[in-house]
Amino acid sequence: MSSTQVTAAATSHWEGGQSPYATNSKKFGMWLFIISDALTFTALLFAYTYSRVANPNWPKPFHFSPSIIFSSIMTFCLLSSSLTMVMGVHAMNHGKRKAAAGWILATMAGGAAFVVLHLTEWMNLINNEHVTPFSNEWGVPLFGATFFALTGLHMTHVIIGLIYLTIIAQAIVRGKFQAEDVEVSGLYWHFVDLVWMFIFPLVYLMSARI
Amino acid sequence: MSTHTEEVEHIGGTTLTFTKVWIALLAMTGIEVFLAYEQLPTMIMLTILLGLSIIKAALIIAYFMHLKFERLSLFLTLFPMLILCIVLMLIFLGDASRIPGMRPPV
Repeated sequence: MSSTQVTAAATSHWEGGQSPYATNSKKFGMWLFIISDALTFTALLFAYTYSRVANPNWPKPFHFSPSIIFSSIMTFCLLSSSLTMVMGVHAMNHGKRKAAAGWILATMAGGAAFVVLHLTEWMNLINNEHVTPFSNEWGVPLFGATFFALTGLHMTHVIIGLIYLTIIAQAIVRGKFQAEDVEVSGLYWHFVDLVWMFIFPLVYLMSARI
Repeated sequence: MSTHTEEVEHIGGTTLTFTKVWIALLAMTGIEVFLAYEQLPTMIMLTILLGLSIIKAALIIAYFMHLKFERLSLFLTLFPMLILCIVLMLIFLGDASRIPGMRPPV
């Protein structure tokens, strides 16, 4: 290799010798996963929207109490858990492992509250509004099918996130894992929060019974 | 060839910045809930709610997910493709709007 080529390789981001994204492979891998998962959720949101536009008598089963109140509190739980997660990443970046574990536990508390409230809201819909994945009183079974598929997949992501954060929290307390591992888990958690920022207004608020 | 691997210390936001973003996100959520009970036409309501959701998503991605502090190349690799795919999905919605008119009268 000539000296000119060596100089070019050392200065260009795309010719080797440097990381073009200036990020580690774990974080880049998580970003790729997030983008692909975002497309999955987008497809489900479009399926919901398509069904809604195609059915003028789309159900509006969400009363202010408990549905809108519960879903608003769930939004608060997820947004707050995102704040505690970013604080956890911040603490880990400064080498404060115990503080980081504490913030991650607070994040998990927010996530667990979200799941409990969401399951309660589901039970309310099933028992009081008679909405199931296959039928409802409005005669639009697609509502239940798309609603439970979308919110169910999101809740599955939250539960997987709780398992992921449990593994991360116990490992950093024992001195394992580095700041980048906590940051990668944070990316996943913020993505789960981000998806809810679209589900809450488009599914709940647009179908609130006034 | 240089074997130097670039180590860049990402300068994230401060605790105060994160708290401000969190308050802004909560405020926008409050506005969304308030708007849900205002009798606005569906399309206007949908536009406002979707606009606020996109702003909230941008704040989460920029500050909480630290993308604001990453290289531009990472953003350019990930997001134009995602946005293009989402825009392509909009093609189906025109079809959905024609379905109610195509149903035989009961």
